[in-house]
Amino acid sequence: MTHYLFIIVGAVLVNNVVLVKILGLCPFTGVSKKLETAFGMGAATTFVLTVATGASYIIDHYLLMPFGLEYLRTLSFIVTIAAIVQLTEMVIQKTSPLLHQVLGIYLPLITTNCAVLGVPLLNVANRNDFVESLLFGAGSAVGFSLVLVLFAGIRERIEGADVPTYFRGTAIAMVTAGLMSLAFMGFAGLDKYQ
Amino acid sequence: MTDFTTPPYLLLERSSVRRVMLQVLAALLPGIAAYVWLIGPIILVQLAIATLAALAGEALMLGVRRQPRGLFLTDGSAIVTAWLIALAFPPMAPWWLIVVGTLFAIVVAKHLYGGLGQNPFNPAMVAFAACIVSFPALMSQWPALGLTLTLTLSEQLQIIAGLASRVDVMSGATPLDALKTALKLGDGELDVPTLLATQEVFGHFAGRGWEWVTSGYLLGGLWLWQRRIIAWHAPLGFIAGLSLLAGVLWLWQPQQFASPLFHLFSGGTLLGAFFIVTDPVSGCTTPKGKLIFGFSAGLLAYTIRVFGGYPDGVAFAVLLLNLCVPLIDMYSQPPIFGLKNEK
Repeated sequence: MTHYLFIIVGAVLVNNVVLVKILGLCPFTGVSKKLETAFGMGAATTFVLTVATGASYIIDHYLLMPFGLEYLRTLSFIVTIAAIVQLTEMVIQKTSPLLHQVLGIYLPLITTNCAVLGVPLLNVANRNDFVESLLFGAGSAVGFSLVLVLFAGIRERIEGADVPTYFRGTAIAMVTAGLMSLAFMGFAGLDKYQ
Repeated sequence: MTDFTTPPYLLLERSSVRRVMLQVLAALLPGIAAYVWLIGPIILVQLAIATLAALAGEALMLGVRRQPRGLFLTDGSAIVTAWLIALAFPPMAPWWLIVVGTLFAIVVAKHLYGGLGQNPFNPAMVAFAACIVSFPALMSQWPALGLTLTLTLSEQLQIIAGLASRVDVMSGATPLDALKTALKLGDGELDVPTLLATQEVFGHFAGRGWEWVTSGYLLGGLWLWQRRIIAWHAPLGFIAGLSLLAGVLWLWQPQQFASPLFHLFSGGTLLGAFFIVTDPVSGCTTPKGKLIFGFSAGLLAYTIRVFGGYPDGVAFAVLLLNLCVPLIDMYSQPPIFGLKNEK
């Protein structure tokens, strides 16, 4: 039980997918200008990433490995993720127009989010089993959303600050991301306590 | 034309900021006095180094940003940051470490975000976190007790200046560290009550000697509260959060976890509670928000301190809560006067 808890804590806080693994930086800088869009992107990514880790595990273990096709892993994961995203979008559009309106443009954007590809590949590299893979995927997704929302909040606040001209915009956002990653280093060691 | 970019309190009379900062500095004096009694006048040298570095950094950045130097240099906010850094760093830290930390705080954490009143992160805690991550060995060399008896002031100055070698007199651990290491090495054979009673670094209720330094901070903090410079919400929330978690674990396994009293008077708890989480700029603005800010910071500080990899968690806890401030502020708005709460 504690083993699973450590996986979640590790994925959300200690080895945060954005701040420590440096994955998914495009949405992190691109969609973090407003709090609302950050919430939408976070929700959509959480859903897709969790489903994608599960699906990639099944494909890897029951399709690629039995036939010795491991060299097709990256390619097949990309196709899987793209298919899941498309399928999700179509299902949501038909069944829940409201949710589709909330997630809207963010669903197709996720296809190009490297965190969604990175996490299944990390799962393979760490030899996680199915439950571990799912937990790691969900934890990474929650960590991604958490950091995205916090970052958006801070950026909205900085908008009103008298930042020196040369640092306005992306420059001060990068400085903030650095300080944020510094703050998250405080969690180091929390996933290894006995 | 109305100026919308300047925070409202900066539009008030300038001297009021200076008066608040001077009182904060005065409130640090009891703690500093106890520090001098424990470690010796060397801490005064460190305070002076930090103050000079802070004023130099402030003057430089004000010049680059073409802002009135006389106005901002004399408001005392840079000196408060400098003193907090000097008190949080190990007293025997080399001079350049203090200078690097202070300049990082003033230049990056404060002025890149627009200077006084606009920084989202607490500058002193940014300096502490940046230095403990970059120079972990130097930042954890606390002087062994009784160092002042074996080394003269000039020898201590040589250590700070880097002229003398940083020998094994420096190998003392903070009480928090001593407890953590002993428990990890002991593999369950040692328990906290025996450790506290037998080891030399522990005093009456916390670290030997250090307990009086932190009591000094408590005294100064209570004075600030009595003068209404700080509100009670954030400090009380911080102390409550830390003691709650410490108390539950202590009651559950008194052999393995130290008492809340020990944790309150160890490390940066009280300095943090009264001088860091009360920061009006990087902290929350609503009363409810301040309570949430303090309480969560207390919980995090205890978690990082006891279960994490760093000797103390106050700095990281404050930075992590600084990140959450916009969200907390947004959801803890009091209802507008005259309007009913929608339910």
